[in-house]
Amino acid sequence: MEALRELFRDYRFAVGFVIFLFLVALAFLSFASPYDPIRQLQVPRDQPPSRAHILGTNSRGQDVFWQATFAIRNSLIIALIAGLVSRVVAILVGFVAGYRGGTLDRVLMGLADGLLVIPLFLILVMVAMLLRGSMTLVNTGLLLAFFGWAWDARAIRSQILSLREREFTKTCVLSGHGIMSLILREYLPFTAPLILSTLINNIAWAISMEIVLAILGLVRLEIPTLGTMLQWAITYQAMLLGQWWWISTPIVLTIFLLVALYWLSVSISEYLDPRMRIQRIGAQS
Amino acid sequence: MRFIISRFVQYVLVVFCGITAVFFIPRLTGQDPVLEIIAQIQAQGASLDPTAVQSLMETLKELYGLKGSLLQQYFTMWRRVFTLDFGPSLFQFPTPVAQLLRIYLPWTIGLFVTSTILSWVLGNIIGGFAGYFSGKPWSRILDAIVMVIRPIPQYIFGVVLLILFAYLWPIFPVRGPSIGRGMIINLSFILAILRASFLPALTLVILGGAVWFQQMKLLVQNVKREDFVEYARIGGVKGWRIVFRYVLKNAMLPQVTQLALALGQVFSGVLIVEMIFSYPGIGLLLYRGVTRGDYNLVMGITVLSILTVATATFLLDLFYPLLDPRIRHR
Repeated sequence: MEALRELFRDYRFAVGFVIFLFLVALAFLSFASPYDPIRQLQVPRDQPPSRAHILGTNSRGQDVFWQATFAIRNSLIIALIAGLVSRVVAILVGFVAGYRGGTLDRVLMGLADGLLVIPLFLILVMVAMLLRGSMTLVNTGLLLAFFGWAWDARAIRSQILSLREREFTKTCVLSGHGIMSLILREYLPFTAPLILSTLINNIAWAISMEIVLAILGLVRLEIPTLGTMLQWAITYQAMLLGQWWWISTPIVLTIFLLVALYWLSVSISEYLDPRMRIQRIGAQS
Repeated sequence: MRFIISRFVQYVLVVFCGITAVFFIPRLTGQDPVLEIIAQIQAQGASLDPTAVQSLMETLKELYGLKGSLLQQYFTMWRRVFTLDFGPSLFQFPTPVAQLLRIYLPWTIGLFVTSTILSWVLGNIIGGFAGYFSGKPWSRILDAIVMVIRPIPQYIFGVVLLILFAYLWPIFPVRGPSIGRGMIINLSFILAILRASFLPALTLVILGGAVWFQQMKLLVQNVKREDFVEYARIGGVKGWRIVFRYVLKNAMLPQVTQLALALGQVFSGVLIVEMIFSYPGIGLLLYRGVTRGDYNLVMGITVLSILTVATATFLLDLFYPLLDPRIRHR
């Protein structure tokens, strides 16, 4: 609780948190939607914003506001699946490589480095191209998870490397605790903040990657996400036809969502870095 | 010399692992591009008799390099990589993929090299100054702007620039220059290229520069407090000299290493930006290839991109000893 109070003192954390909560609330609002997210021609087409349709309607006969609530919800679902699953891989790889060391460490880190150096995006596109028909929300999330662990596994590994050399590791091992209890009881709490901040970054990455995949037409386009919403607006030339309400909705929402996530993550990682903390306290006094 | 050899071995290893990954990862999905194409053809309403399907499958397997056992396919793949021959493209049949790549690649390399160097140099210098004068109001304002721009993905930023400067205030063209085989190099053509490349380059320089800005600012804020800077100040070295010779130079080195690590991501960004602005590079080619299900073309682009990124990283590594005397003397 103390940590949370200190975090809220940082205006970036407070602002990011409020924006993020607002967007999550919008996502939950989708459950109350009067319209079906997939069906077309439910409302008059190409209407500018009015009392009945706050953000107007698009050329496919859908209400932009309600469509946007579904889009945020689905984008968040994809990003959460990608983030959580890749966290499991990153934690496993990071812990094993860091704790065991030796050849296993070198092999796993070699694999992670290999994934980092090559332009991942292209391999992602190639796989998505083969799976095109079955790119539902869950599968898109899993695909992104498959490629999104390398960088964070590295970060977690280096923290485990330093934890392993600390006094309490030896105390714990010598007093007869098993490795599992050492990892779960001692290491996990230490690395939890790092894992949280990498999770937020990964969620942001997954959201922007989903947009690119959608633009390439590699996800199921009838399911509204921030990416597919933008893709439809571009396909129907909303820019050229001056339907600003249609094209700017996904753009503005994406920018707000990613800026909020970024501010949360920066604020948390600065809170974790003792050097920055001293600077901040010094600046306040 | 030993440094060069060890870096070269690393280069070969990266290329080897990358291409092997390109070979195996699509096969892990268990999807067959040949069956997919046939399903597409049948879905379009063409009725094919079984023997035609059989011969079509054979030809497609030959084209995709999917003939024989897994090991044979793997060797076919490497032969294709060495000869840079990826078979014919499907959406511009029968133009070979290699020829398409030869036309579009120089455009991508041009954009990649210019925007990477510009964003690195500008981001680092501005970030360095902002870090050295971190108390000044202009430094704080700049920092706040970067905090908003940094998390915006290339695609969204590009679309926003396109809306602002090609539709609302049309000073730049919506589409990139059209390129053909018989290009005439004259002044108006070069101006057209510059005009068409400006927005894509601007997107990459601003977004890339924001990353370097932040990293450099943090580095400089730490270097600034080191003892040798304090001594230089007490010793009466001039302010500008301290910033450039003492602080920036020392903070630049880790940034070169960071650039080498980030090249893969930077290159992906270039491809994404090319799609938005219809800039005639590999990214646009990728977009067309993907939307038309041209597997050979996408494969060729992926292999070529791995080669490009690995080569760029290798060249950067060779350049590094010139900057860092500690490695030069070894």
